[in-house]
Amino acid sequence: MTGPGAPAPYAPGTHPDLPPPVRTTGVVGWARQNLFSSPFNVVLTLLGVWFLASVIPPMAEWALVKSIWTAESRAECWGKMAVPEEAACWAFIKGRLSLFVYGFYPVEERWRVDLSFVLLVFAIVPVLYDRLPGRRHWFWYVAAFPFLAGWLLVGGFGLAPVETDQFGGFMLTLIIGVTGISFSLPIGIALALGRTSSMPVLRILCVLFIEFIRGVPLIALLFVASTMLNYFLPPGTSFDLLMRVLIMVTLFASAYIAEVVRGGLQGVPKGQAEAADSLGLSYWKAQRLIVLPQALKISIPGIVNTFIGLYKDTTLVLIIGMLDPLGIGRASLADAVWAGLAREVYLFIAVFFFVCCFGMSRYSLYLERKLDTGRESEK
Amino acid sequence: MATASDTAGPRSGAPAVNTSETIISIEGMHKWFGQFHVLKDINLDVKRGERIVICGPSGSGKSTLIRCINRLEEHQQGSIVVEGTELTGNLKNIEIIRSEVGMVFQSFNLFPHLTVLENCTLALVWVRKMPRAKAQEIAMGYLERVRIPEQAEKYPGQLSGGQQQRVAIARSLCMNPRIMLFDEPTSALDPEMIKEVLDVMVELAESGMTMLVVTHEMGFATAVAHRVIFMDAGEIIEQNEPSEFFNHPRHERTKLFLSQILSH
Ligand SMILES: Nc1ncnc2c1ncn2[C@@H]1O[C@H](COP(=O)(O)OP(=O)(O)O)[C@@H](O)[C@H]1O
Ligand SMILES: [Mg+2]
Repeated sequence: MTGPGAPAPYAPGTHPDLPPPVRTTGVVGWARQNLFSSPFNVVLTLLGVWFLASVIPPMAEWALVKSIWTAESRAECWGKMAVPEEAACWAFIKGRLSLFVYGFYPVEERWRVDLSFVLLVFAIVPVLYDRLPGRRHWFWYVAAFPFLAGWLLVGGFGLAPVETDQFGGFMLTLIIGVTGISFSLPIGIALALGRTSSMPVLRILCVLFIEFIRGVPLIALLFVASTMLNYFLPPGTSFDLLMRVLIMVTLFASAYIAEVVRGGLQGVPKGQAEAADSLGLSYWKAQRLIVLPQALKISIPGIVNTFIGLYKDTTLVLIIGMLDPLGIGRASLADAVWAGLAREVYLFIAVFFFVCCFGMSRYSLYLERKLDTGRESEK
Repeated sequence: MATASDTAGPRSGAPAVNTSETIISIEGMHKWFGQFHVLKDINLDVKRGERIVICGPSGSGKSTLIRCINRLEEHQQGSIVVEGTELTGNLKNIEIIRSEVGMVFQSFNLFPHLTVLENCTLALVWVRKMPRAKAQEIAMGYLERVRIPEQAEKYPGQLSGGQQQRVAIARSLCMNPRIMLFDEPTSALDPEMIKEVLDVMVELAESGMTMLVVTHEMGFATAVAHRVIFMDAGEIIEQNEPSEFFNHPRHERTKLFLSQILSH
């Protein structure tokens, strides 16, 4: 401390820029600052270490170290262990992997599912990664992808037709999830714009739609899709069940996306649209170029949250008799040769969902960071 | 500056306007917000090249008046004619007028997700349908004119308030407007930044731009304006050329207002 009497080390106006104190750098510095900065923090750190130490080794032992990967039945599997049931029996999952992935899709046609998946990857990359060279041209392909994949999966036009009730497993999850996600975003944005528009009829229609869909459980909508739609359709027409489910899931997610985006729209200062107007941009150009990019950026956490929810809700189709991974899992557990391996099945399915959802969550963080353009201008 | 400055010498009082062509004509205009009568019987003719400063207490309707001129607000009675086109519900007319009338806001309203250069080229590309390269060339020209070409690749959030407001002016100028509207362009700025913005505005005035400026910067009004308009409670109370206006206000409310803003 420099007391009032002590001479200042620098004359006023000559103080140089100094580097920050070094105490805060290095591993020890980091640990001291982040893990042991207060008694409470010390206790938390020790508790955390104790918890991890007591959970991770047994888990790793069960799932990896002692687990059995080849066996023909549960009995054989447990027989291979020092103590029966002491570890995971992945042989069960391994033997049924193709069922978990493809459901009952005909074996000789499964290359079509694989090809669709590869095409899906090529369709997703240009959407998610904006520095891809020639990204603009890829969008034609992205727009064509749903039709291409639909044709590949369902068949017809030269390919052997496959009934959609043979779809199942992760493939079904991906179909419902990807369709729901990619169609609910544009529909949700349109609904949000409609709900905030100045045209009363349009506004009321959008409000009614959103509130109705949000007010009904997805399960109920799926039941409507599987049973009641027949009453509304002309007799004799059959409308594919999967198609109905896709529509219901998409509409359901759209209503939620609409509300998330509406929140984002409210977060964009009114002056933004006014500035766009004052430059002579039309309503649609102002929305597309100025308002929506900012509103969507604000809405990213909510949108991804909705997508993750939708993705996991795809498991609800189990209730109307579709064989999503959970359905396959339950059917597998009913097999007398293997019964009793519920932990393996549900952990496996949980890991699949976790990987997908965690991926979405990380991508949204990446997107938020990328779109951060410094402190916002005064609102 | 691009145009010869034969119309005005800065800070020497503005000489008379050199044309008599009316560019904005407002007649018997009224506006209400719900039940609230915010603008009452506004009559105002603006000549090409004329520079008008509008002042008055907060809430007197100054912003609303100039926002009516490019239809950010809709008037309910009377007429507004800009460049020979009457402002009605016709969307095409509104878009045409808006691209001819530049507007600068108190809170800048730059687009935070676009760079400074993109802010400036946006309307050229999407409204004027200009090729990007040409638009960038024009935008850089105006950014140089407001003396911040080196900030072109930055985002608005990375600039100071004064720099942002100069970008906002450049953004409007890119559209080559016939009229510029300013709504308290310096009110949100720290004192040391006010001058850099006013300097740009003075230069713009010298180039012969028609300007309507809502401001309480009386130095600017004296140096640049042909006419000062005083508004209160939605009415134009009095208008005069600057020295008369400041030295010999006629109305009690004008005197009161001037004594308030000049008292500190
Ligand atoms: N969108 C609006 N809706 C209702 N009242 C408004 C709106 N905008 C402004 N007003 C009111 O109109 C009056 C004039 O506002 P404004 O033109 O902004 O005044 P000034 O710019 O002179 O301060 C104020 O009383 C304000 O509260
Ligand atoms: Mg105002």
